[in-house]
Amino acid sequence: MTAEQTAPPKAAAGSACEACPAHHAANLIRLGVNMANWDFVVALAGNPNTGKTTVFNHLTGLRQHTGNWPGKTVVRAEGGFAYGGDRYKLVDLPGTYSLLSTSDDEEVARDFILFGSPDVTIVVVDATVLERNLNLVLQVLEITDRAIVCLNLMDEVQRRGMAVDERRLARDLGVPVVPTVARKNEGIPELLQAVADVAFGRIVCKPHRISSPPGLKDALGGLTDEVAAAFPGLPNARWVALRLLEGDPRIAEAVRSGEIADLGRHLSTRSAFATNSLAQEAGQ
Amino acid sequence: MMQEHTPSEKILERVGSLRWTAGHDFHDELVESLYTDAARIADRAVTRKGERGRFDMDRTIDRLVTSRWLGFPLMLLMLTIVFWLTIEGANYPSAMLATLLVDTIRPLFHSGATAIGLPWWLSGLLIDGIYLAMAWVISVMLPPMAIFFPLFTLLEDFGYLPRVAFNLDGLFRRAGAHGKQALTMAMGFGCNAAAIVSTRVIDSPRERLIAIITNNFALCNGRWPTQILVATIFIGGLAPAHLAGLVSAAAVVSVAVLGIVLTFVVSWALSRTVLKGEASAFSLELPPYRPPQILRTIYTSVIDRTLIVLWRAVVFAIPAGAVIWLASNIQVADLSLAEHFINFTGPFGAVVGLNGVILLAYVIAIPANEIVIPTILMLTVLTARLSGAGDGAGVMFEPDSLEANAEVLRAGGWTLLTALNLMLFSLVHNPCSTTIYTIYRETKSAKWTTVASLLPVVMGFVMCFVVAQVWRLFS
Repeated sequence: MTAEQTAPPKAAAGSACEACPAHHAANLIRLGVNMANWDFVVALAGNPNTGKTTVFNHLTGLRQHTGNWPGKTVVRAEGGFAYGGDRYKLVDLPGTYSLLSTSDDEEVARDFILFGSPDVTIVVVDATVLERNLNLVLQVLEITDRAIVCLNLMDEVQRRGMAVDERRLARDLGVPVVPTVARKNEGIPELLQAVADVAFGRIVCKPHRISSPPGLKDALGGLTDEVAAAFPGLPNARWVALRLLEGDPRIAEAVRSGEIADLGRHLSTRSAFATNSLAQEAGQ
Repeated sequence: MMQEHTPSEKILERVGSLRWTAGHDFHDELVESLYTDAARIADRAVTRKGERGRFDMDRTIDRLVTSRWLGFPLMLLMLTIVFWLTIEGANYPSAMLATLLVDTIRPLFHSGATAIGLPWWLSGLLIDGIYLAMAWVISVMLPPMAIFFPLFTLLEDFGYLPRVAFNLDGLFRRAGAHGKQALTMAMGFGCNAAAIVSTRVIDSPRERLIAIITNNFALCNGRWPTQILVATIFIGGLAPAHLAGLVSAAAVVSVAVLGIVLTFVVSWALSRTVLKGEASAFSLELPPYRPPQILRTIYTSVIDRTLIVLWRAVVFAIPAGAVIWLASNIQVADLSLAEHFINFTGPFGAVVGLNGVILLAYVIAIPANEIVIPTILMLTVLTARLSGAGDGAGVMFEPDSLEANAEVLRAGGWTLLTALNLMLFSLVHNPCSTTIYTIYRETKSAKWTTVASLLPVVMGFVMCFVVAQVWRLFS
């Protein structure tokens, strides 16, 4: 493929899409810190310094200072927005490279994606260093199947004479991939639409799961079945099994106390709610 | 084991035996397949052309600003330019604001007060105490902040601060502290209280405590105006007029650098004594240089930083203005309260090369360092009994020209030594009350809060004492 074939994100978002409802600016109402009675919870994850806070500010209208250095967001910030009549609470998680080891910020991010059971998790990635960012994406996809990849910094991709094929990426990852230039607000309307689609179950993700390490296949398979049988409805039985095998004390505790089971229940009531609203929408 | 097992217990038991039999390479194997998958997917999605000009540009800049020989000089040069712009640029608007707020508006208030028949003590307290303190804080602080903060934020957004952290990392490591302390220190140049919250990026409690205790050595924005003003009057005054701005900027940079040196020395001392331990490793990513969004940066740094800091200063100036006016108008045995304090602490002040006025000002300014200079000037006028400079006890007089300020201070018995020691003491003294409270909230320890508060005061007095003795020995 040559570079000319890959349309720049701006053009992709251009004329043909102007007519689509995603582009009505009025659809987005920034609620700032006013986030009472939300319908959906959206988490923002990503490597440090990929523009999570910029996306956060665009969506909520808040003005968290964004800094060009990793680790700027230390605590998680929350804000709200309304889109298409539904209210969303947006949680900006600390930037991390992985969810595997247990530094404080990784634990905050991991615990929120797992126990905060967000309806949608947006993973903001730096498209110029995709491979490194995918490590985190793949780990998030192990935990939740309601995820969107926000392929940010597409302007830098172009400036470096690179191209990222977002369709291929979406197909490989099994979740929506939205190219954006967050600081110029490009792609944000498409991102919002994708969030709504996943929240309402209009898009059902089939996330890529990490291939089982050969030495682990049997042990993991058996344990996964057992976990799934003990906690029906759990969206990430294999991941729980993996963490247990790795000796993650937090997860072992959640299994022992039965907290893990709530996770499955919580999500299924949520999706029941989403299905209801969908039915209402269809009825209208 | 006759007990009935729940499914959870069964699972955990199974995990226990699997972990036992399957070896210890789970983590490595998992990470390996994670990386393999990520590499494969990324490889399929990304195409590159040969052109990499931009990237090389980044590399070239990085090689320069983080080089062994040029890194530090470039850092100092950058800081000096920022301060020079601030000092040169702030003079004129400061004088204009002072003329407006003090010379034009204050007489209007006074005639208004006379017209509605306010008693002298009330109009004195309100106009000459509270209003004047506010007017002073605004005219002294607003212009330098409105220039300094956007410049500093531009450097930050451009991506320069992580390079500073990179340069300093090795030194922090050798001092037994965490490399990320360079970032929290950089934030301390804005506000110590905010920086102490930001030490949460440091995981190890030991290294975090070191970062918290030493953060006070990063000059915060409440102290920049003091440094800038004193340097401009006393040190810039020594140089020929066309070099004055540059010399003053160099003096301020020296004090800031001294603060950085003290950060290392104290971190080193702490990690060798009460906070022993190994420095932990971390990886610092040098982000790509991004062209800062200049207008947006100016907007957010004016709104988020300048106005918030200014508002805080004004809020603290109100009670301080009242306290100053009351302290200098309540008479006990023919002298005002302020004069009693100044006379009482004067001899001690003289020993450490300061004076009673400065000590009182630092007591009044515990809530906010921003009001140190206004308080000092006002109290100096009061105790030196200058005529014409202010009208009545406890009145902060007009700050419309540097020369007038200089005259007041010289009349109050100030020398180059007093100025030098004030700059040192402003760098090394107790944190403001907001910062102290933040330290307590973050450490949850009265002991460490006390250490963080008292250590710098003691160090400040010792430093000033030594400087004063050496100075007197040679002059």
